[in-house]
Amino acid sequence: MDVAIVGIGIHPFGRTAGLSGLQQGAYAARLALKDAGVEWKDMQFGFGGSASAGSADALVNELGLTGLPFINVANGCATGGSALISAFNAIKSGEYDIGMVTGFDKHERGAFNADPKQMGIGEWYGEVGLMMTTQFFAMKIQRYMDAYGISSNTLAKVAQKAFSNGAKNPNAWRREEIPLDVISDSPMISHPLTKFMFCAPGEGGVALILCRADIARRYTDKPIYLKSAAVRSRRYGSFEVFAPSQALKQVDGPTVDASRAAFEAAGVGPQDIDVLQLQDTESGAEVMHMAENGFCEHGEQEALIQAGETGIEGKLPTNTDGGCLANGEPIGATGLRQVYETCVQLRGEAGERQVPNTPKVGYTHVYGAPGISAVTILQR
Amino acid sequence: MKPSSMPMTVRFITREAVMYKNTPIAEGLFTWPSKEPALLGSRCQQCNIAEFPQKPSCPACGSMDVQVEELPRRGTLWTWTIQGFMPKKPYLSDETPETFTPYGVGYIELPGAVCVESRLLENSPEKLKIGMEMELVVETFRHDESGNPVMSFAFKAVE
Ligand SMILES: [Zn+2]
Repeated sequence: MDVAIVGIGIHPFGRTAGLSGLQQGAYAARLALKDAGVEWKDMQFGFGGSASAGSADALVNELGLTGLPFINVANGCATGGSALISAFNAIKSGEYDIGMVTGFDKHERGAFNADPKQMGIGEWYGEVGLMMTTQFFAMKIQRYMDAYGISSNTLAKVAQKAFSNGAKNPNAWRREEIPLDVISDSPMISHPLTKFMFCAPGEGGVALILCRADIARRYTDKPIYLKSAAVRSRRYGSFEVFAPSQALKQVDGPTVDASRAAFEAAGVGPQDIDVLQLQDTESGAEVMHMAENGFCEHGEQEALIQAGETGIEGKLPTNTDGGCLANGEPIGATGLRQVYETCVQLRGEAGERQVPNTPKVGYTHVYGAPGISAVTILQR
Repeated sequence: MKPSSMPMTVRFITREAVMYKNTPIAEGLFTWPSKEPALLGSRCQQCNIAEFPQKPSCPACGSMDVQVEELPRRGTLWTWTIQGFMPKKPYLSDETPETFTPYGVGYIELPGAVCVESRLLENSPEKLKIGMEMELVVETFRHDESGNPVMSFAFKAVE
């Protein structure tokens, strides 16, 4: 049984005073229902997640107590992707015809402060100042730049492109272009990454209605088919966040594993992808994830990004909605935002930021602590 | 009371007499007390993988047949960054936002053992280069409520 996405809804990302994360999730859910022309009582299941905004299943209090099975998903930055995969499998199994996936969040300002104990690490690790995701991302790109000749200017260009795309996205948090030198000269957070090269914790909500592919046209004349969805966790030897030590011999990370599995299941390759959303927690992540997801060889990013190939008009249109850099990162919602944007692009409804030549196949990728990745491949 | 009449000397001597106790930030992280401290890791007796800090099981194969060993005190810098702002809790140092100084962070490849994450004594990009030789130091990181030094580890460039 194939699976289609027939309804999509989003609450604008950023900061919305006066609306809880849950209410932003409910807002997105109502839009998704309306988009598919269905009602909440038609939903046979729900999968959803939020890291800081309460239980996703509390949504039933907002949308109506219909008795449906609603399952909370908690998987860090891959929460949305994991919820989507759960729904994908629920429909593929033949058990359900139609249901909802949702993710929303509302985080405090400033960097996430993680608790070492929750990760099974001694408290000393946080006390001496090593419990920082920002350090991990900086150290990963530092070594990558050294190995593959990626320049600081290229890191700044990734952020510049994100804000440029965000400026064309009415649902983005950062909707103003930022000049390259302002990005490069902003305060150094964790060398080589400056303030404007990092995304910030934020708020937002996304909901999707999924159904059996054979009934998709009852709900929409533009169904988007979910060709594959894969989640992988780290293997021993991959360089991951919150690791007091790591292996001498490195292996591929969960992104590479999830990407390969998703391509194989969908029966397509990187060359078939017309629009892609890659985890860009910071500029360096987007650079490395281009190669880890198979869209180029290690080191080729320098020339590709300098030539503007990751822009909307380029060969590899990446993070067309502004990505995490322009949208911020509400953990529960971030992966589903990528899927929402891909649906908008494949439907040809992205307006000013529409990728030209009617894209047919899209790709989404999230990566998060402590070493998990989720990939989906979508097709019109 | 005039400053000159304060029993400074007496107080100083008293404090010395109390004897401050240098306590490690966590038990089992490094050999302490020791003239030449070393980090303590565990090594799997099944697959020979080493891990820091020591754990009761192997991260690669799950075996519980592990033995604690002292890790090499010298290694090479695998990657690095500089923490530019004072972290929020659980960060716990003697610093205030006013006195905070950026600190280096890196992974040091300890030959034949494991790559260990650590604070670095160097904190400017000019002084750090991937592949450079580094050595372990154990020094005072902060003071506890009673004024006792709390010891932690760091790596510094080999001169
Ligand atoms: Zn083992």
